[in-house]
Amino acid sequence: MRTLLAATRAEFTKTLTTRLWWVLLLILVLYVGAVAGGLAFGLGALQASGEAPPRGGPGGGPALPAAMLAPVIYTLATVVGYPFPTLLGSLAVTGEFRHQTVTPTFLATPRRGVVLAAKWVVLLVLGALFGAAALVATVGLGAAGLGAFGLDTGLGESDMWAMLGRAVLAMALWGAVGVGLGVLVPSQVGSIVTILAFTQFVEPILRTVAGFVDWVGEVGRFLPGAASDALVGASFFTVLGGGTPSLEWWQGGLVLAGYAVALTAVGYALTWRRDIT
Amino acid sequence: MPEGVPIEFTGLTKRFGEVEAVSGFTATVPPGRVTGFLGPNGAGKTTTLRMLLGLVAPTAGRATIGGVPYRRLDRPFSAVGAALEAASFHPGRTARDHLRVYAQAARVEPRRVDAALDAVGLTSYARRRVGGYSLGMRQRLGLASALLGDPGVLILDEPINGLDPEGIKWIRTFLRELAAEGRTVLVSSHLLSEVQQTVDDVLIIAKGRLVHTGPLSGLQAQPAVRVLADSPDRSALRSALQRGGLEVEETADGLVVTGAERGRVGHVAFAAGVELSLLTQQRPAAGLEDAFLALVGEEGAL
Repeated sequence: MRTLLAATRAEFTKTLTTRLWWVLLLILVLYVGAVAGGLAFGLGALQASGEAPPRGGPGGGPALPAAMLAPVIYTLATVVGYPFPTLLGSLAVTGEFRHQTVTPTFLATPRRGVVLAAKWVVLLVLGALFGAAALVATVGLGAAGLGAFGLDTGLGESDMWAMLGRAVLAMALWGAVGVGLGVLVPSQVGSIVTILAFTQFVEPILRTVAGFVDWVGEVGRFLPGAASDALVGASFFTVLGGGTPSLEWWQGGLVLAGYAVALTAVGYALTWRRDIT
Repeated sequence: MPEGVPIEFTGLTKRFGEVEAVSGFTATVPPGRVTGFLGPNGAGKTTTLRMLLGLVAPTAGRATIGGVPYRRLDRPFSAVGAALEAASFHPGRTARDHLRVYAQAARVEPRRVDAALDAVGLTSYARRRVGGYSLGMRQRLGLASALLGDPGVLILDEPINGLDPEGIKWIRTFLRELAAEGRTVLVSSHLLSEVQQTVDDVLIIAKGRLVHTGPLSGLQAQPAVRVLADSPDRSALRSALQRGGLEVEETADGLVVTGAERGRVGHVAFAAGVELSLLTQQRPAAGLEDAFLALVGEEGAL
């Protein structure tokens, strides 16, 4: 237990003493802030001018109701931002191999499972921090945009705050997913390419297809991004998803946590216990 | 002052697939002395040290520090300090932060960070990012992390590589001081000449096997005496010496006689009535290096 506490402190120091964490955080906040602000002002202007709100996917899904605007805009923090804690998590592991710091790390903490547990704790905390910061940006700019056109910001409702809390939890879990992926794919380039390809390309396509093909939809609900959106409770994909019901929020949370645990466990068995030569 | 404890290797063996990198390595490294761990590149030095430190799992055998395997040490840095290679740093982290990370992980008191930086002379560079460090400074930082826990046992892999002459002089003195304080100091090198002036004992490894162990002085026990002789009539001298039962080899400079003193060679020539134009005994200047190379084999001379 004392070694876990010591390793956790060390992992915090390790992550916070290079520039990576705040560079990623800065990009995340600017990125989701810009998207949320742009969308809020854009859709707000449309609503205010009495035009129809934008139509859904290529199949002409249901229109985006005004009441859904606020949650969709706020949750851009996770829907768009989730690759960021994932990248931070994977780099926390792959960086050890890239810079060969895994040698002093295992010298200081010879029980390797403890190191991995410490990285989990750190990435859950920093993932939550990333989530909170991203939400400050999306809610801040989003509510400003909606409010400017007299639309409901939804911030008076407790349901909205519960959703924001679940968004923070989702970002924390993505940090842990990143650790798991980093352990499974210790090559830094390999890990980054995997994250970008999966989050920006593979999963969006699968989820779009899932909107039309029933059996894909069944499987699609269990994709990590879909699980994350289910946990949070509102997003473009769930709104546009049409027929396919998503998981309950707690199921989504469990599925996402399951990905993090499974990746970490397989990675531990396959790469983490290897000889460090 | 921390107490040094012996390092013990017992039948330590490591196979990487078909290749046996280390075979049945058995040795003891005593406290209070500097022990040189010598062998050509690829002889298995680093693998042996990494097994000792729990980074590589042995195929067979064990390695302990004061009777305890490294992975079982509760606060490893307070027992053993190790510096393995010069590149184990994140280039974007400062030296001081680097040491803080590992001090926290190994539960070493925070004040030891500055003490270790001071001990290796890096205090004024402590807040610079390691990416801008020279190889010599990185070596010093590696040594500082080995000293973090003020350990009784120090294990340094090729610490002299890449140091400038001033740095080499500094580290030699430093290692002697550490051993004089009663610590166990194990230093690996592929060059005997690098550590010759520093070590008390040597462990010599070649092709994964221990080929020599003992005090450095034992390595030069039998210096091969060589006498160079020549005569205006070289072939007459040659047959005279051979009749006298001496081993003779002809070179461009003259005849080289091994295994006999200069006086004996002169006497044999005189008795045979052969005039001498040259008679010198060659001091085995590179005796240690020769003995070392003989032990590690011809291809070991890397």
